[in-house]
Amino acid sequence: MTHTPNQPASLPDIPKAPNPILQTYRMLWNDKFAFVSVIFLFFVLLCAIFGPLLLEDIATKQNLRGRNAPPFDFSTNWAYWLGGDALGRPLLARIIVAAQNTIFVAAGAVFFSLIVGTALGLVAGYTKKTWSQVIMRLADIIMSFPSLLLAVIVLFMLKSSVFNLVIVLAITRIPVYLRTARAETLEVRERMFVQAARVMGASTPRIIFRHILPVVFPTLVTIATLDFAFVMLAESALSFLGIGIQPPEITWGLMVSQGRPYLTTAWGLSLWPGLAIILTTLSLNLVSNWMRTALDPAQRWRLENVRKKND
Amino acid sequence: MLNFLGKRAVASAISLVGLVLLVFFLSRLTGDPTGLYLPLDASEEARAQFREIHGLNDPLIVQFFSYMSDLIRFDFGDSIRRSEPAIDVVLRGFAWTLQLAVITMSLVVVSAVIIGSLAAFKVGGVFDRIATFFSLIGASAPDFWIAIVAIVIFSVNLGWFPTSGTGTVWHWVMPVAVLFIRPFGLILQIVRGSMITALSSAYVKTARAKGLKNRPIIFVHALRNALLPVITVIGDQAAALLNGAVVIETIFGFPGVGKLMIDSILQRDFTVVMAAIMVTAAAIFVMNLLIDILYSILDPRIRY
Amino acid sequence: MTDHLLEVRNLSVDFHTSIGTVHAVRDVSWHLERGETLAILGESGSGKSVSASAILNLIDMPPGEITSGEILFEGRDVLSMSPEERRLLNGHRIAMIFQDPLSHLNPVYTVGFQIAEAMMAHGVNKGQTRSRTIELMKRVGITDADTKIDSFPHQFSGGQRQRIMIAMALALKPDILIADEPTTALDVTVQAQILALLEELQEETGMGLLLITHDLGVVAEIADRVVVMNAGEIVETGTARDVYHTPHHPYTKKLIAAIPGGGEMAEQLGTGIDPILEISGLTKHYGAFVALDNANLTVLPGESVAIVGESGSGKSTLAKTILRLEDATGGQALFEGRDLISMDPKALFKMRRDIQMVFQDPTQSLNPRMSIYDIISEAFVIHPKILGKQHWKTRVCELLEQVGLGTEHMYRHPHQFSGGQRQRIAIARALALEPKLIVCDEAVSALDVSVQAQVLALLTKLQDELGLSFLFIAHDLPLVRDFAHRVIVMQNGKIVEQGPVEQIFDAPREDYTRNLIAASLSPDPDIQAERRKASDDLQAAST
Repeated sequence: MTHTPNQPASLPDIPKAPNPILQTYRMLWNDKFAFVSVIFLFFVLLCAIFGPLLLEDIATKQNLRGRNAPPFDFSTNWAYWLGGDALGRPLLARIIVAAQNTIFVAAGAVFFSLIVGTALGLVAGYTKKTWSQVIMRLADIIMSFPSLLLAVIVLFMLKSSVFNLVIVLAITRIPVYLRTARAETLEVRERMFVQAARVMGASTPRIIFRHILPVVFPTLVTIATLDFAFVMLAESALSFLGIGIQPPEITWGLMVSQGRPYLTTAWGLSLWPGLAIILTTLSLNLVSNWMRTALDPAQRWRLENVRKKND
Repeated sequence: MLNFLGKRAVASAISLVGLVLLVFFLSRLTGDPTGLYLPLDASEEARAQFREIHGLNDPLIVQFFSYMSDLIRFDFGDSIRRSEPAIDVVLRGFAWTLQLAVITMSLVVVSAVIIGSLAAFKVGGVFDRIATFFSLIGASAPDFWIAIVAIVIFSVNLGWFPTSGTGTVWHWVMPVAVLFIRPFGLILQIVRGSMITALSSAYVKTARAKGLKNRPIIFVHALRNALLPVITVIGDQAAALLNGAVVIETIFGFPGVGKLMIDSILQRDFTVVMAAIMVTAAAIFVMNLLIDILYSILDPRIRY
Repeated sequence: MTDHLLEVRNLSVDFHTSIGTVHAVRDVSWHLERGETLAILGESGSGKSVSASAILNLIDMPPGEITSGEILFEGRDVLSMSPEERRLLNGHRIAMIFQDPLSHLNPVYTVGFQIAEAMMAHGVNKGQTRSRTIELMKRVGITDADTKIDSFPHQFSGGQRQRIMIAMALALKPDILIADEPTTALDVTVQAQILALLEELQEETGMGLLLITHDLGVVAEIADRVVVMNAGEIVETGTARDVYHTPHHPYTKKLIAAIPGGGEMAEQLGTGIDPILEISGLTKHYGAFVALDNANLTVLPGESVAIVGESGSGKSTLAKTILRLEDATGGQALFEGRDLISMDPKALFKMRRDIQMVFQDPTQSLNPRMSIYDIISEAFVIHPKILGKQHWKTRVCELLEQVGLGTEHMYRHPHQFSGGQRQRIAIARALALEPKLIVCDEAVSALDVSVQAQVLALLTKLQDELGLSFLFIAHDLPLVRDFAHRVIVMQNGKIVEQGPVEQIFDAPREDYTRNLIAASLSPDPDIQAERRKASDDLQAAST
């Protein structure tokens, strides 16, 4: 191998690339907030998947004696530790069960808009002018109107159901991914390794999937994490206003709304589900912040173990 | 510069037209919109009569043109609930929302720019922690929940502010405060990020080499460049303010256009809903135009 | 003993990065006197800019850290001064100009404001700044200064912007001017003008000039003394003449030996051979702008044809249109008789195997997420007919060895290699398709001088072994002197002159070519002094 004088003599020989999983774990550990958030989110995910399965009966059992039971009464059944609602159902169990709809609706919407938005953005960024313009105008139409209002109007006209809700939320978020994917594609397209691939004769699909997408994807995942929080809040607001999820289905937002008449007496009915929303969205934001730093090669050093003394 | 503005205006206009089309076709999607306009228990004859009067039996194209011509004359028909022109109802409500929005956004922009700039200057310092804290809350907390909790604490228990309605300055404090949080948090983050980039740019290095003090470096050199991408976000957030306004107005009983829309939807007063949609869309269109003008004034590379 | 104007003593600066602590500057000492020009010469990573940045407190700390040493300005240690005292020095007693004037000027303020600001920061009354600004702009050679004072940076050319930066730096008549690679981003002809301006100004004001550069030609042209740095340490000091004629340190010797333009020129290939590439009337318009105007040239098999031009000459456009990265507006390019410009996609796809390209920036031309194996074997993925999958690994190994790289690093990623190594990988990638012609678009311009020579040697070796033709694009004439058979000179989209390399260098016909040759700096200070004298005489005679 030719010896090059460019490597400063003080650097050690280039080590093998470290294990990416271990590296990720270490970077996560260095940001305690993000670490705790990931654990919390994992716990929420478990509730969402297994909650109704295990707790459906307990959560829907009406118990007259438990009516508006106060929270923090640890002498009762664990499910009543956060109190009981107007029909005597245990609040804690209800919150765990409601996690499923809340999380799955948001997840469905984010997943759908991520895939569709990215695909459209890649196409708009890479292909000829006319398609690009058409797609962008469609995105502009959606973005030109406040998303909540748009959702409200569409749900009004089309009747609210879980499916419609997911679709409407997804469609209002597509432009976010689309714009970012397009902007990044436009930039990556001009990079020399893409030009090199073209010179080799690579086909357009190959360039998009092998060269552009891997560069664009991390940014989009970071946005998706943030967006998950936004969609959760949007669904909560819609359910709160009575236009989103309808009873007997239950989400955290709907629980806050149902607790509103009892604010002065049993304020916990609105407080605890709201707190669940906040903790989840807060965790998502912290993880998203961490991801943004971790995925940026220039900022990464803040998360890695920077050795300050001479080796 | 005019080239830039012209292109942007045309693009916005196309979006506006697109929205109009969207609303029109959505309302026709579910069959005929009679069901939307009339109360649920209206009789068959009433419906048939309604269809005749409003030309809903005509081919779609004809319907669209009459819809458009009404639109241009700002004639949305009369409010079904209130027996006055829908447009009047909406404009009254819009005036309230506009005031709310302008006050809130002014506070947001001034405070976010100052705190964000100071936060970027010393990353990790006191201002940075404040900034991060607020932006996290802003992005995480459901505004309806904060509003409810605020009412319980400040109105019910402490009795400082009234729970709803308008009238005195005190009626405005909580609505503005709650509405403030989310856009403040978001714009703060953007300003901070943009300023960090600007502060590490080459021309700031030149400014330091010239011996400038810190204040002109931050507020003269970095800020002006950092604001350019921020302005477009401010525009987006101002439009998104309406999202928050819907909830805030509903909870605080504020007679703005957001509450109007929700009430009209629940009361099935479709003319008012249509009028509200159009007025809102038109307002957003105008605002985007103003933002574009501002942008091209601030950036000489576009002007020349 | 009188104090030096500026003295750096035993300075050491470290940078803390994620891969460990980098000792950017190690125990470095040098000094600068009034009226003298000191050059700090080094390649990238040598630490040459760091000590200068430390003088003006421009290093970000963290991650930087000054671990030892002093910087004495007129006898006082700058490092022990308060931040306010240091701020008062900047722009007033010590000023600095930078490499890329476009990014170093604030795009949203007028140049007049930015020059005036340098004065106002140190107490000059705002009312008095305007006339002084116009005066400064005139002095540095900006015409119509009274109107241009209210223009914005993007409205000027690169050379003018650097002049403006000089005006800004000299506003308060500093004792020292630090110039960090001031001409690297500029065209060759403009470079000569800027260096001449700096020299003039120094004579007028008697200031000390600290020049940071990687170019021995710049040192020869303008420096009195030179300090050579490598890997953070000073390896040699002395006058420019002494260091060039009698270098002591092996690194200096290597650097001097690697400078292009001093070797033998290639011999012409015989006549009567059919050209492999024949371009006629090639034109490219971008709207109203004519990037390429009626280009005609030929390339023989096994020949290296260099295309030399400054920015805006159309040389890159030429490469892009041939390779169909852009579509030409008119003309044809016959490769082995078939026209590339009008070729349909299917035939073009086959043609990809015959013509390949090596790009300018090796950092950017390799996909950072792909391993070296993936990068090189991508050619086989796209053109499966070349090689069956079971042979890929062996072939990639062969190619790596052919370009002088070890095969054990096949699964590493580009960022783990140096610039020169990455360019070799790019060449290996181009070779994978077994092309007959390779277009090198400024392929060595982004590399350090010593590495440039190695890569050029590799290209020559490959030409001998494989009979390749090269279309070699560069902005620097001396670079191609030892490498090309024929040279084409371009300006403003047109071909100004073309011919055998000997003719271009020894007997150029066009004025522009002559200017280009004159503007390229010889690393030998004596030769450079003679040239300057000759051009001064010429100027004196013509007035």
